[in-house]
Amino acid sequence: MRRDLEDKEATEALGRTIGAALDPGHCVLLVGDLGAGKTTLARGVARALGVTGVVPSPTFALVIEHAGRVPLLHADLYRLESDAPIDDLGLDRDDAIVLIEWPERNLGALPADHLVVALTDAGTGRQAILSATGPRHAALLAALSR
Amino acid sequence: MRVLGIESSCDETAAAVVSDDGVLSDVVWSQEVHAAYGGVVPELAARAHLERIVPVVRAALAAADVDRPDAVAVTAGPGLVGALLVGMSFARAAAVGWGVPVVAVNHLEGHLLSPLLERPAPPFPYLSLVVSGGHTTLYRVDGVGRYATLHETLDDAAGEAYDKVARMLDLGYPGGPEVDRLAALGDPLAVPLPRPLPAAGGWSFSGLKTAVRAVVRAGANRPEDVCAGFQAAVIDCLLARVNQEVDRTGIEHVAIAGGVAANRGLRARLAALPIATYAPPPGRCTDNAAMIGLTGLVRLNAGLESASFEARPSWEVH
Repeated sequence: MRRDLEDKEATEALGRTIGAALDPGHCVLLVGDLGAGKTTLARGVARALGVTGVVPSPTFALVIEHAGRVPLLHADLYRLESDAPIDDLGLDRDDAIVLIEWPERNLGALPADHLVVALTDAGTGRQAILSATGPRHAALLAALSR
Repeated sequence: MRVLGIESSCDETAAAVVSDDGVLSDVVWSQEVHAAYGGVVPELAARAHLERIVPVVRAALAAADVDRPDAVAVTAGPGLVGALLVGMSFARAAAVGWGVPVVAVNHLEGHLLSPLLERPAPPFPYLSLVVSGGHTTLYRVDGVGRYATLHETLDDAAGEAYDKVARMLDLGYPGGPEVDRLAALGDPLAVPLPRPLPAAGGWSFSGLKTAVRAVVRAGANRPEDVCAGFQAAVIDCLLARVNQEVDRTGIEHVAIAGGVAANRGLRARLAALPIATYAPPPGRCTDNAAMIGLTGLVRLNAGLESASFEARPSWEVH
């Protein structure tokens, strides 16, 4: 699934659309270069989950937990060494929605069943490309595509 | 009263002894193991703290000529949980051994109060701008334990923006000091960049980061000029909120703290403001244990109830 994102508001709106479709146990990987709009999209997801406060970049803290209608774990692996052990980040939570920026640093350690949102800037404008692996997130992607 | 402060929230292992008369000793050991990875590796940080904490504490006690402090204060958050637990476990065990109280201290409160370690110290109330890799917040400090958040970043912290710009320019890690150094050699007007200030207050540095990325990709400007333009934009944004709050509150005492407070460009621009400003020496801007010992000391002196003794990866000051 492919969406054009004409501005920052469109990026946040896509985040809200995705957020509204998420349930506990869903895992969303946000891929994109520095400044591609990952934290903006994450803010949209958080808003859809009822998070009202500031949604800052988790780069320094690694993981920030937000209290929405469902707990939202907003993680960022940017500062980590490739394939660093991430067990102690506490991302393995069935009761929460997990949103991970810079997952490509540690793909091997992440849940196999997940939704990928790739943000690209091809020079002609930003695009989001959504893909899924695993049955649960394939169903989520199908619901989002409708 | 002499308080042993211990700090291990990120990649500095630090211990200090602080008394009512001032800082008796201040020891910081910076972990260098992370430079090869371009960032802090949590597990490596915890292991390095474990390796260094005993010699660092011994050195702080010896330099202060103290065998047994009257209390122990330790950072309990915010920070990396594995790193925090090393300092906290050590602090609790040492306090039990000495039979003295142990106080859990908020690292951000340490930064907020750190200007009180210097002379002259700001009088209450003062404004405190805490700028680091993880935080960009302007506080009003009315007294010990009495803080109000006036502005905070809505996305990236200023220090994080520095590190990411450094990475775009391949300047290594940590990149902030290198951006600062190159900025001094460049022309801040050569690369015009936006100064985004959200209408509802606070800061937003992600748009600035995106703008720098476009400039770097275009490849037409010298790195010195990109750094100078970026640094000027960040400092303009930071000082716009400072000036706004000085005008609104009438408080004309402004302190800075946190790692970005060591930035020479920011210090120079702050010092030029027509108000009383307080910039701790660079070693007291970055993570240190003197500010943790001080916070424990003033909280104990004020009879403030201390927080429960648990590690808190995220813990805001209110």
